[in-house]
Amino acid sequence: MAGMTVIVRTIGRLLFPFLFLFGAYIIVHGQLTPGGGFQGGVVLASAVILLLLAYGMEGAQAKVNALQAELADALGGMILVWMGLMGIIVGIAFFQNVLPFGSLGQVLSAGNLPVFNLGVGIKVAASILMVFYAMLRIQGGKEE
Amino acid sequence: MRQAVALILVLAVGALLIFTVNAYLLPFGRFPERRIGGFENESVGKRILEDAPITTGSANVVTSVVWDYRGYDTLGESTILFTAVCGVAMLFRVARRRS
Repeated sequence: MAGMTVIVRTIGRLLFPFLFLFGAYIIVHGQLTPGGGFQGGVVLASAVILLLLAYGMEGAQAKVNALQAELADALGGMILVWMGLMGIIVGIAFFQNVLPFGSLGQVLSAGNLPVFNLGVGIKVAASILMVFYAMLRIQGGKEE
Repeated sequence: MRQAVALILVLAVGALLIFTVNAYLLPFGRFPERRIGGFENESVGKRILEDAPITTGSANVVTSVVWDYRGYDTLGESTILFTAVCGVAMLFRVARRRS
C-alpha cells in the first residue's frame, strides 16, 4: 500500500503521539472515567492505522511489525489469564481480587481492574492491527 | 401493490412493538421495579450502582461490572476476539499462498 501526500504525512506524524497518549489515557483511567481496555485499545490501533494510511505499509511496519503485533496479542491474553489465575495461586478463587483496593478515585485503585484493562487494551490494539495487516497483505488479489 | 402491503406490515409490526413495550414491559421514564430474591422494591441495577464502589473499589461502575461482576463473561469475550483474529490471519494466509 502506497503512502499519501506531504500534507497527510506531516499531519499524521504530528498527530500520532497525541493519539497514542489519548489511547493510553483511556486505558489507564478505565476504572475512573468512561472507557476502558476495549475502547482505548481501538484508539491505540487507530493511531498506527493513521500512520499506515499516511506512510504506507513500510511506515507502519517500522513502528509495529506483524510479528510484534502477534506477540502483543498473545501477551495481552496471557496477562488476562494469569491475573485471573493469581486468585487461585493466592488460594481464594479464579478471578478473585488479589491486589489492594486503594482509595476510591485514584489511578492506582480498584484491585485487579487496572491490570485487566491494561491486558485487554494491549490485546485489542494488537488484534485490530493484525487484522488490518492480514487484509492489506493480499489487497487486489496479489501479494504486496 | 407489494410495496403497499409491505408498508402496512411494517407499520403494523412497529405499532405492535411500541404498544407492547409501552403498555406491558417497560414504562418509559420510570425505573422498573422487580422482586429479586425476596427484596421488595429492589432491582439489580440499583443494587449494583449502590454496592459497586464499595465491593470493587472502582469509581467507574461499568468497568466494575465488566471486569468484576462479570469477569468470566469478559474473559470469554476476549477469547472470542483472539479466535476471530486467529481465523482471519489463517484465512488470509491460505488465500495468499494460493494466489
